[in-house]
Amino acid sequence: MNFGFSEEQDTIRETLARMLGDHATLEVAHNRLDSGEGFDTATWSALAEGGWLGLAMSEAEGGSGMGAVELATLAEEIGRSLAAVPCLPVLCMAVPALQSAGTEDQRKSFLPGIAEGRTIMATALAEGGGLAPDTVSAKVARDRLSGRKAPVTFGAAATHALVAATDEEGTSRLYLADLAAPGVTIRALDPIDRTRPAAEIVFDNTPVDLLPGSDAAAIRRLLDGAAVLAAFEQIGLAGRALALTTSYAGDRHAFGRPIGSFQAVKHRLADMFARIELARSNAFFGAWALASGDSRLPEAAAVARLTALDAVQFATEESIQLHGGIGFTWAADPHLFLRRGWQLKAELGPAAMWRERLLGHLADTPRAAS
Amino acid sequence: MDFSDSPEEAAFRAKAREWLEANATLRDGSEKAQDHFMARDADEVARARDWQARKAEAGWAGLTWPRAFGGRDATPIGQVIWNQEEGRYAVPPNVFLIGIGLVGPTVMVHGTEDQKKAVLPRALTGEDIWCQLFSEPAAGSDLAGIRTRARRDGDDWVISGQKVWTSGAHYSSHGILLARTDPEVPKHKGMTMFLVEMSDPAIQTRPIRQISGGASFNEVFIDDLRLPDSARLDGESEGWKVALTTLMNERFSISVGRASGGARAEELIALAARVQRNGRPAIEDGAVRARIADFVARQRGLEFTSYRVMTSLSRGEAPGEEGSIGKLLLGRLRQEMGAFGMELAGTAAGVSAADDDDAARWRNEYLTAPGNRIAGGSDEIQRTIIGERILGLPPDIRVDKTVPFSKL
Ligand SMILES: Cc1cc2nc3c(=O)[nH]c(=O)nc-3n(C[C@H](O)[C@H](O)[C@H](O)COP(=O)(O)OP(=O)(O)OC[C@H]3O[C@@H](n4cnc5c(N)ncnc54)[C@H](O)[C@@H]3O)c2cc1C
Repeated sequence: MNFGFSEEQDTIRETLARMLGDHATLEVAHNRLDSGEGFDTATWSALAEGGWLGLAMSEAEGGSGMGAVELATLAEEIGRSLAAVPCLPVLCMAVPALQSAGTEDQRKSFLPGIAEGRTIMATALAEGGGLAPDTVSAKVARDRLSGRKAPVTFGAAATHALVAATDEEGTSRLYLADLAAPGVTIRALDPIDRTRPAAEIVFDNTPVDLLPGSDAAAIRRLLDGAAVLAAFEQIGLAGRALALTTSYAGDRHAFGRPIGSFQAVKHRLADMFARIELARSNAFFGAWALASGDSRLPEAAAVARLTALDAVQFATEESIQLHGGIGFTWAADPHLFLRRGWQLKAELGPAAMWRERLLGHLADTPRAAS
Repeated sequence: MDFSDSPEEAAFRAKAREWLEANATLRDGSEKAQDHFMARDADEVARARDWQARKAEAGWAGLTWPRAFGGRDATPIGQVIWNQEEGRYAVPPNVFLIGIGLVGPTVMVHGTEDQKKAVLPRALTGEDIWCQLFSEPAAGSDLAGIRTRARRDGDDWVISGQKVWTSGAHYSSHGILLARTDPEVPKHKGMTMFLVEMSDPAIQTRPIRQISGGASFNEVFIDDLRLPDSARLDGESEGWKVALTTLMNERFSISVGRASGGARAEELIALAARVQRNGRPAIEDGAVRARIADFVARQRGLEFTSYRVMTSLSRGEAPGEEGSIGKLLLGRLRQEMGAFGMELAGTAAGVSAADDDDAARWRNEYLTAPGNRIAGGSDEIQRTIIGERILGLPPDIRVDKTVPFSKL
């Protein structure tokens, strides 16, 4: 057993952190939030140039042949930097879907473009407040898709989308749509985190291309993998929220002392730390299960997700509290983390959904009464 | 990142399994409930001693001790593997945790050659059982506030005072005792560590009953205990340094122990399937399901946290930041799970019909957990440690650090 990162993986993390530190500063995050055009294309291009977007693609696919653990590192650093980039929908969902359920042709046509940053492939699993494969009403008949998907994260900035819809037999599957194709209407929504430009996409008889290996089980596996990688992004952002609050508590004085010397403050920060580390431990197991194809992935994903959701919410809410009045201002940093945290929560479904998935996977659990 | 056994770990596990199969009986669920570390009666102590002797004979005792001291030089992960395998068998409680986990490693660092010879082999074989005589009525979290006094008398030391909460003192043969030797210097500077024999008539041990009903800790009265200077462990006034070694090893032993054992959150699933809530099996209730799922997620997190700690230690690194959170989160989780188990049992929660029924089981969890939140550094002390040592926050205001102990 070896439950930590290798030296090479640590080097990857340091390189990434430096690169993101140069491009995706909190000042950039504030600017993105204010400007309304959330997508930070400069950082995405820099990631592409550095070869990071093809991290988990094989060399034949245009990538550098690394795996889920390195991808998790990327997700964590993106979370820490709050970079306004579509790591989760594109790299953690669309790419693995193409890799596991796509044809060789599909992989060849799309993966190199994604690695170079030319193709932005959003993942449209959500509609009607739920997620595929449990909630799907979009339909495909004779290779044409009709239906309404929302919210689609980065949908307003994407060139393509991977869409969950039922086929003629009623099975949930994934389809590739070119968003420039006829019958596509994109309307921008107003997400809690405007640095993730969400959209509603309406498809009306739009030509699409099936990922032949996709079915309900494949979509669930995709969600499990995404939950693990999102947990790293969540831990990254929660860790940064903790770090900046800790530093504030060391500087800010009240009653003649730094507020961090008051136990009420110190102990709250310690609780933030404990919840984040607990989530990190679960995320480690998830990364291993994902990378090794272990059969415990569904359970690992659910526990990683549940503890990450808890850690983020606690850390970001308390970060605002411990900053006092300044923490309640638009200009200060804490709400950036709170917003991103909520967005990541919304994108892959709330705790209630993952609790059911967890219980469903523990042996012999009877189902909830409907 | 690899959760499976390395080839060496797999070989180690196979060997452990082979020996256990030949020497112990698998658990089948019919065993009487017992504590992991505390014996409840003389019979359990005798069985524990016998089991330890057989392990030592076959080279399975003190796994992480260096070979030079009779150990196996195993990594902390090796110890976890052993615990996992041994945990499948009906074996007596490990009353040697303090001797092997705390006192042995302290003597290896601070002891003379004679002390090492006297202490280490007998701790390993289970001939000696050790207890930790640190806490006192006026010194727990603030351990450096101890008042038990050791005075020089010719070549000897004479010690008087009172210790309390001493786990296992009533069946221990030996104790590691922290005493004040110089009250005229600040509190951390005037202490000295001693190794004592509990059978000395100057030591009186009285069990204290806990809220869980059992009596596994004690108050220990020391009245003019005369010790030769050879009972002193490390230098005069060096006691705090020695105590820190013991406490560091205590944290390590606790985190290794945590990787295995204890009530599993999944047991609540089975319980919820057996009992009714609102006229239906409780497991169909959404609120019940949510609580159980969260317990499972937290418990997995703690388990994997201890694997992270083991990984750091096995790489020869100091346990990383993760090391300190297990202690803080475990007691609280256990307490909440115990309370929830009792709630599930409904009106039956307050009464049990047999030692081993649901009500008794969860009530026992619930009434044991508060001890986990206090022993070995309370939750509050853990938070301060995390805040100051890991996060680097400014220290609490202290008024006691520079003043001579006698003036406090
Ligand atoms: C089951 C059990 C087994 C034990 N076994 C042993 C043993 O074998 N050997 C041994 O030597 N001791 C043993 N102990 C003693 C244990 O180490 C002490 O109980 C513990 O350190 C707390 O000290 P105290 O009881 O004096 O409480 P106190 O220190 O008086 O604490 C009372 C309350 O005040 C809080 N508090 C204290 N100081 C601070 C602070 N600075 N900031 C914030 N809050 C604070 C504490 O967290 C606690 O909630 C055992 C205890 C238990 C419960």
